[in-house]
Amino acid sequence: MTEQDALFEYCLRLGDNSLVLGHRLSEWCGHGPILEEDIALANMSLDLIGQARGFLGYAAKLKGAGSDDDLAFKRDARQFRNCMLVEQPNGDFAMTMVRSFFYSALAYLHFKSLAKTKDATISGLAEKSLKEVTYHLRHCSDWIIRLGDGTDESHERTQNALEELWNYTNELFETDEADQTLVSQNLAVDLKTLRKEWDDIINKVLEDATLKRPDDSRFMSKGGIKGIHTEHLGFLLAEMQFLPRAYPDTKW
Amino acid sequence: MPENKSQIPNPEIQKSDWETWEVFTQKKNGEPHEHAGSVKAPDKEMALLNARDVYSRRNEALNIWVVPSGCITSSTPGDVGSFFDPANDKIYRSPNFYKTPTGVKQI
Repeated sequence: MTEQDALFEYCLRLGDNSLVLGHRLSEWCGHGPILEEDIALANMSLDLIGQARGFLGYAAKLKGAGSDDDLAFKRDARQFRNCMLVEQPNGDFAMTMVRSFFYSALAYLHFKSLAKTKDATISGLAEKSLKEVTYHLRHCSDWIIRLGDGTDESHERTQNALEELWNYTNELFETDEADQTLVSQNLAVDLKTLRKEWDDIINKVLEDATLKRPDDSRFMSKGGIKGIHTEHLGFLLAEMQFLPRAYPDTKW
Repeated sequence: MPENKSQIPNPEIQKSDWETWEVFTQKKNGEPHEHAGSVKAPDKEMALLNARDVYSRRNEALNIWVVPSGCITSSTPGDVGSFFDPANDKIYRSPNFYKTPTGVKQI
């Protein structure tokens, strides 16, 4: 695998994670539990879609063909490189917060290290995105603590969400030959080195929240970076891509 | 969104339990904090996050204060006469008789 191809793959993964989670959070728009949270979820969604534009735009440039829009709207599920965690349905508010908590803890560590890598475009995007995900992590952590240490119902729902989503957490650290090609050139971050710090963040918040860390020995899904996804991604893309596919090149 | 069906609100949880907080934002260094509006939040940390999301999402603020609305004491319409009218006819209280030196801003 050439360095160029590896970089393209790496940008797709980052861009697709942001795009898919951004789309999921946008589904909350107008459905938030309170006005303030509705706006907060939409803000986070817009941050993520902005990140997706950056990484997918750079991926298109590396490929020398198409645009960020082409990559977002003209690929099918098997060509998406996001982790399965971010495509999971919103569920209740606890589920949405736990999903963003798991992901933003990783994104925070990832972008922090990525900002120090060699490719100026990627490190620049990482530095900008780091500020955004730092806030997302804070927002979600604060909610997990309040939900976990809140009423019986909020505690139970949050514990359920942890159990439900836990088997998508190992995959956050999955790597392949694209990573290996880039890491040796200081063009990417070895995700496996982030595991310990990710665990520390998760454990600290769950402890404050009086929640129980799910059992690690269970079945763990993997394969998002190879285009393997749960059935939810297809439905998400059907909605997200409908307009540009039904009316190609339309303007609005 | 069929996925959100489980989100039916529990009537036992009263959203009105949440306090109202007044939000003050500072637009530039050295400028005063100005009242921007209010948010609902269960505690001061969440009030700050909510204020940030509602009142500075388009880069309007450099600093934010949140204050429980109940901590603000306000004058009442009935106070208008005794509070403010006496200042009306004392033009000498305003430094209008000085010339502003050229080049001085923010007076």
